[in-house]
Amino acid sequence: MNKLVKLFTIFISAITLTIASISSSFAKVEGEYIVLGSAISLTGKYSSNGVHTQNGYNMAVDRINKMGGVKVGGKSYKFEIIYYDDESNPKRAAQLAERLIKQDGVHYMLGPYSSGLTKAIAPVTEKYKIPMVEANGASRSLFTKGYKYLFAVLSPANQYLEVAIDLAVEKNGGKPVRIAQAFEQDAFSQDVRLGILDAAKRTGSEIIIDDKLPKELNDMAATLAKVKATKPDVLVVSGHTKGALTAIRQISEMKVDVPMLAMTHCDAAKLSKQHGKNSEYALCASQWHKNLSYKDKFFGGGKKYDKDFKKEFGYAPPYQSAESSAALLVFKDAFERANSFDRDKVRDALKTTDMQTFYGNIKFGPGGQNVAKPMILFQVRCKGDTCENKVVAPTKWASDKFYHPIPKWSERS
Amino acid sequence: MDFLIFKAPILMVQASLDGILLGILFALIAYGMALQWGVMNIINIAQGDLVILGGYIAYTMYLAGIHPAWGVIVSPIIMYFVGWALYKLVINKVVDRDLFISILATFGIAIVFQQLMNFVFGADVVVAQSEYGTTMLFDNSVTLPNSKIFAAFISVLYAIGLVIYMKRSRLGRAIRATAQNARAAKILGVDTEKVYAATFGINAALCGIAGALISITLTLHPYVGLPYTVRSFMIVIVAGLGNLPAVAISGMGLGLFEEFADYILGTEFRIGAVFMLLVFILVYRRFKLSKKREYLK
Repeated sequence: MNKLVKLFTIFISAITLTIASISSSFAKVEGEYIVLGSAISLTGKYSSNGVHTQNGYNMAVDRINKMGGVKVGGKSYKFEIIYYDDESNPKRAAQLAERLIKQDGVHYMLGPYSSGLTKAIAPVTEKYKIPMVEANGASRSLFTKGYKYLFAVLSPANQYLEVAIDLAVEKNGGKPVRIAQAFEQDAFSQDVRLGILDAAKRTGSEIIIDDKLPKELNDMAATLAKVKATKPDVLVVSGHTKGALTAIRQISEMKVDVPMLAMTHCDAAKLSKQHGKNSEYALCASQWHKNLSYKDKFFGGGKKYDKDFKKEFGYAPPYQSAESSAALLVFKDAFERANSFDRDKVRDALKTTDMQTFYGNIKFGPGGQNVAKPMILFQVRCKGDTCENKVVAPTKWASDKFYHPIPKWSERS
Repeated sequence: MDFLIFKAPILMVQASLDGILLGILFALIAYGMALQWGVMNIINIAQGDLVILGGYIAYTMYLAGIHPAWGVIVSPIIMYFVGWALYKLVINKVVDRDLFISILATFGIAIVFQQLMNFVFGADVVVAQSEYGTTMLFDNSVTLPNSKIFAAFISVLYAIGLVIYMKRSRLGRAIRATAQNARAAKILGVDTEKVYAATFGINAALCGIAGALISITLTLHPYVGLPYTVRSFMIVIVAGLGNLPAVAISGMGLGLFEEFADYILGTEFRIGAVFMLLVFILVYRRFKLSKKREYLK
């Protein structure tokens, strides 16, 4: 009798297991929902940008669902996202990606925040052949590994400040310039550096200071003293928000005079708010700005997105949110063109994406990077005590003239 | 780019002053660590996080419209009680155990503090503005932010105050007695439990002062505490316990060494050079000790 009970239990559990595995293999589309998965940094050091990313995703999901959803095979589907908190930890992110794919049966992924975490997840999605559209991993190394299921709506990191060097050469009457640069030693910043090296080579410019900042460093006094002594034409700094804030603080305190200062992460660092007038004239690379004239039928244009986002979340959208919203527009477009939920068909459709969103044109290169959208540069300009970011390059969208050279500290009020 | 510092000797002045000013600030944090290490035999991994918390107190004042420099008075008072509470909650349970347990415990405290600060203040990097301006020397070729000079001045002031307090006051004497021999002190009527709590509180208060100074000279972020722990650990290793002048000199020396390493080896080797120095000093000390031991044999 006891044996029978045991056998029976085994039999039952076997059946449950089979049913469970069958149901999970269909979980990619449940009823009228297309389920996407994302590991995202809701705690840990990336949590503020992680939340910006999540807000961007959620805003696009709501908007697309409200405006008729995704039409596949004559039927209308809605988006739904399963989120897990990756604690800003790459190992955790990779585990969660496995869990999303194997346990939750997710067949389409949205990217996490930051290059580092995207790098951790990409091998997993690649292994299971899961298409991933990511919006926050710009490191060049993501696009040189031959990944077939990775698509990024943003411009790769090496393009961030290349334009700035061209601009400096242009202002120098077409002659090569002397560049001083300081980059943090992490994947993203070093990619920005590679872009500068390319631009320097192309324009024949000379790099006179090439400092690599350790991650723990929060003091750049030595680098800036060198800059003071060598008087370069342009100073380039990239070290996430900490780098941007440290640079501005110490440049203003040490009264370092450079004709041009180019940086990344100015808007994430809220530079113009935290440093006010001291940050004036800094030139910053950005993926997006609300004043650009791109349009789509879901969000209208940049200004409308800005307004709607503010209404929903109570703060102005940083570009991290805008690009995250764009990722869902790309997915919707790909599903509709593939007209199927077959992963490989969706992947092929993603590969041939060629569209305009409020965030910019999107077309994927062979490595999965977006090749259709240029980076923009804005400059911090102040009126009285309020400082704003004004787009100065490329000229097509420039709302203000690029102010060059930066006035000397002794002449600034 | 080869050895710019020798081509432009004025950079040496700049580097030396930068190094010394920063070193003094680090020495203050290190002194707190040396104090509690000496008294309680605890290596506090959360030292840097206490510093950052102190910084956030000053930053909160700055947001409320109060000048962040007042943080050097408010922050230590609040931090004293934070340290005291921390002792009563956690540290008193590990104070008699071996070093490894206390390292684990304080490591745990560090993680909890980081997450709490992240939760309360957000994960953005923040700065408080002192608007102190800049001192320019040698025809504007050497510049010193007044905030750094202010930081060094306040650090020295508090350090001197603390030395006098330790020498003169009842509690100071009790702390020193406990550091020398806790059991003997207990027998002679010193309430060591109270002494431990006060020591941990004083250490937290010192961290609070340093944090407030860091908020106006450098940057704050919930996760940048560890470098301060590591630096103060190194200063204490070099200087030894319970010797304030040595801690001050070791702090300044480390600051100087770091700045010069930056110019000569390059910025990327700055932290690496400091660690190399630490290894070198530890090996040297061992070598010296083993020579002494030969007499005993």
